[in-house]
Amino acid sequence: MVAYVPIGLLWGTLAAGKGFSALAAMLMSVFVYAGASQFVAVDMWVQPLPVLVLTLTTLVVNLRHVLMSASISRHITAVPKGWRYALMFILTDESWAMAERRALRAPLDFGYLVGSSLPLWPTWFLCSFIGAAVGNKLGAPETYGLDFAFSAIFLTIIMGFWKGPRTGAVIIASGAAAVGTKLALSGAWYIMAGGVVGVIVAALLHSEVDA
Amino acid sequence: MSNLFALNWPWAAAVLGMAAVTYATRISGLLLLNGVEVKGRWKAALDAVPVSVMMAVITPSILMTGKAESLSAIIVAIAAYFRAPLVLNILLGMGSVVLLRHLLSG
Repeated sequence: MVAYVPIGLLWGTLAAGKGFSALAAMLMSVFVYAGASQFVAVDMWVQPLPVLVLTLTTLVVNLRHVLMSASISRHITAVPKGWRYALMFILTDESWAMAERRALRAPLDFGYLVGSSLPLWPTWFLCSFIGAAVGNKLGAPETYGLDFAFSAIFLTIIMGFWKGPRTGAVIIASGAAAVGTKLALSGAWYIMAGGVVGVIVAALLHSEVDA
Repeated sequence: MSNLFALNWPWAAAVLGMAAVTYATRISGLLLLNGVEVKGRWKAALDAVPVSVMMAVITPSILMTGKAESLSAIIVAIAAYFRAPLVLNILLGMGSVVLLRHLLSG
């Protein structure tokens, strides 16, 4: 949760730089609540606003949620059905990664999921508001290395999943595919390409012996 | 004050579109796998989703931005491998990227 503070402040700062009021930044964080796509959207934010392209790019960036919710759905069978769909709104990259790691040891119950995920939501949108309100007085985020905080968070979570050389192979495959796709295509297709190629490599390296 | 609370219609349309597609992606996996049991190679594939997707998300930032970012990423990854806590890693990443940008820019 501590990590959401700098990232939320950073995103708010960048949004303010593109003309977002503090309230506009906060409400986007309330309703969209998907950090990576919000960073990409602010990066693409020009007037007149390309609403359709923004929506499609958000879809592409967040297509990973299809894979994520498919994966987590195996671990939340103890949660009442109606609540599962509500819970999906507050599952983010970070809370989901934590939940997946916990699921390695124990099945996930409703209390754990709400307790670990729900507080992140107000943290995220309140920090977006504060970031947009005061952040641009701080100067360029690069001065403090704040622009690298998001990468540091993801790297830490990725390494938390490390289970040996096969994990390394998935990381390299995903990174290589993402670099190639990013060079070849504009937009956010590199996320889906890297994700899919890494998953394919994991499937190919799988052997039933140690499953 | 207007600067703090100003909203407009194009912004609202973008937020609505982004929110709708994001929630659709969040529940679609649930709908797709409803009641399906996953094992073997499919399980290995699904288990690799977190690492694979997160790596792809940060690839442009850590591999295609500059030497300072790539070296900082390696530093953070090594610290994370040895189970350094998240907050420490964020500070380590921010610190090393600032320092390396300064050093490498000459």
